[in-house]
Amino acid sequence: MIKMTYREAVRSALREALRSDSLVFLMGEDVGRYGGCFKVSHGLLEEFGPERVRDTPLSESTFLGAGIGAALGGMRPIVEIMTVNFSLLAMDQIVNNAATLRHMSGGQLSVPLVVRMATGAGRQVAAQHSHSLEGWYAHIPGIKVVAPATPADARGLLLAALRDPDPVFVFEHSALYGMDGEVDEGAAPEEIGRALVRRPGDAVSLITYGGCVGKVLQAADQLAADGIAVEVLDLRSLRPLDTPAVLASVAKTHRAVIVDEGWRTCSFAAEVSAQIMEGAFYSLDAPVGRVCSAEVPMPYAKHMEDAALPQVAAIVGAVRETLGPHG
Amino acid sequence: MIDAGSPAPLLPASLPPASLPPASLPPASIPVVREHALGLLYQMLLIRRFEEKSAELYTLGKIRGFLHLYIGEEAVAVGAMQALTMDDGIVATYREHGQALARGIPAGALMAEMYGKANGCSRGRGGSMHFFDVARRFYGGHAIVGGGLPVAVGLALADRMQGRPRVTACFFGDGAVAEGEFHESLNLAALWRLPVLFLCENNLYAMGTALERHQAQPDLTLKAQGYAVPSEAVDGMDVLAVEEATRRAAAGVRRGDGPFLLEFRTYRFRAHSMADPELYRAKEEVEQWKSRDPISFFMGRLRSWRLLDDADLGAIETRVAGQVDEAVRFAEAGPWEPLEDLTRDVYTPVQP
Repeated sequence: MIKMTYREAVRSALREALRSDSLVFLMGEDVGRYGGCFKVSHGLLEEFGPERVRDTPLSESTFLGAGIGAALGGMRPIVEIMTVNFSLLAMDQIVNNAATLRHMSGGQLSVPLVVRMATGAGRQVAAQHSHSLEGWYAHIPGIKVVAPATPADARGLLLAALRDPDPVFVFEHSALYGMDGEVDEGAAPEEIGRALVRRPGDAVSLITYGGCVGKVLQAADQLAADGIAVEVLDLRSLRPLDTPAVLASVAKTHRAVIVDEGWRTCSFAAEVSAQIMEGAFYSLDAPVGRVCSAEVPMPYAKHMEDAALPQVAAIVGAVRETLGPHG
Repeated sequence: MIDAGSPAPLLPASLPPASLPPASLPPASIPVVREHALGLLYQMLLIRRFEEKSAELYTLGKIRGFLHLYIGEEAVAVGAMQALTMDDGIVATYREHGQALARGIPAGALMAEMYGKANGCSRGRGGSMHFFDVARRFYGGHAIVGGGLPVAVGLALADRMQGRPRVTACFFGDGAVAEGEFHESLNLAALWRLPVLFLCENNLYAMGTALERHQAQPDLTLKAQGYAVPSEAVDGMDVLAVEEATRRAAAGVRRGDGPFLLEFRTYRFRAHSMADPELYRAKEEVEQWKSRDPISFFMGRLRSWRLLDDADLGAIETRVAGQVDEAVRFAEAGPWEPLEDLTRDVYTPVQP
């Protein structure tokens, strides 16, 4: 185990993949000479050359579609879209091609494409650079969606995505790139579709993923000081969703709060809440709670942005509300 | 095969796009081998009769959804396909019956697909707009205008990176030229010198919007020049002109010269789809273009060169009719996919 940042863990997985498989290549805006918008691919151009670390023009739809075509042609492309905000320009290729080609061709095709992008808010970059749209992506059958919350998962889930025969979208929360953690560079790839209990407890299930995991763990610490032992479940994969893990946790705690940086209406939290209602209704001792982003385009001013996003105090408050006056 | 010594004449590239192309002047000598010429005629007639039957089956309710007929444009698919090998890739649009037949996908698999049967070329998952045949490197059947171009660029990128001397031929219509993906794809293919043959079927209408109503610059070959992609306009009603131009363009692409764009000036004789009342164009215009029907034009030429007589034509029509009848029989006899398979092939099964 060695200590490295989330950014370094992603780079470690990219390097490992580029070294071990000559069909793997990385393409996207500024992934080469610039070293990546978030410095994730720094040094890879020098190591692997411009054929395998390809700077693209600003044309998200076409370089993502070219990733699909290259995957059909036997390559193992990794497409980096700087941030989820720009992925909206590639929605046609994602929804109409990547997700459909296998089914629409009657199973003749597979699209082994990995798409990485930064997601999330919290850096005062305002409404056009702060989206958390992984919940939208999770709506689409035909693709898989993962959201690593730790450096170890950033490595392990990216390697898993590269072994998957179908399109996998990896959402890296931009606030996590500098986060330190222990990573085993010899560890096997993670399994896509498996949630992980980050902290066991029996009072309330706090269910979250990606950039909110850290805030939820902080909330759990505060609650523990008051003798409330919450269980923190990190979903890690939004599609497929590890529904059995969600239901098992709720069966134990009888209460659930879901924390999701997406907007509340039609959020991924709403889906998890519905799954709990369908699969664990008779285990519940209280209504399922949700902590999501406020229903506004993200404001620039720091105090306003903080107020719009899920915060530790709100998570603690939601847990207390779920427990009721006698909790 | 075309006799290299006497290529079929081409139209001048300055042909005004909205006008009827004048018939090419007959060449001084016969430019084709008889067997090849009759093969081209057979393929064009197969497409024509297959689609006439499809329209009939649509009115009978055997085929549902959208049905976009290619009638009038047969010379483009048949001529262009002659320049491609079975290793080359093809990406087409939702009006792809002609390309699929010319590629050699069995008519029965296509008809069954339109019936929605499990013996269709896409197991009945795609219908008329989504024909796939990976063994023949036919990658759809794309129904979002412009959406196939980036995929073609990627297929070509894979060939380039793996050192395969292949061409990816990408068909699209004049409507796609207004989409951002057209411009992005030409730029990327040229920037990376990828072996993409961009084949624009300019039938003068983006559904019901005439070319001059959707393009500030209606000469589409000029768009390619803006991306340093060489381009050429071709009489799309003349199968020999299409073949000759495509062979020349494909040879350069295959050699590593980078992408090439051919603009085939053609015309759709039928409505955009079965639901189109054709309020946007004059009957006279349609009739004028029908006077340059690519099949009767080619037959006239072959007769004038004494390469075709009534007996030949009769034999071809009989063979075509047999193929179409057999395709319908194959589709009628095909099984429906079981309901248990509804969610099959959303994801690739992974071997444990």
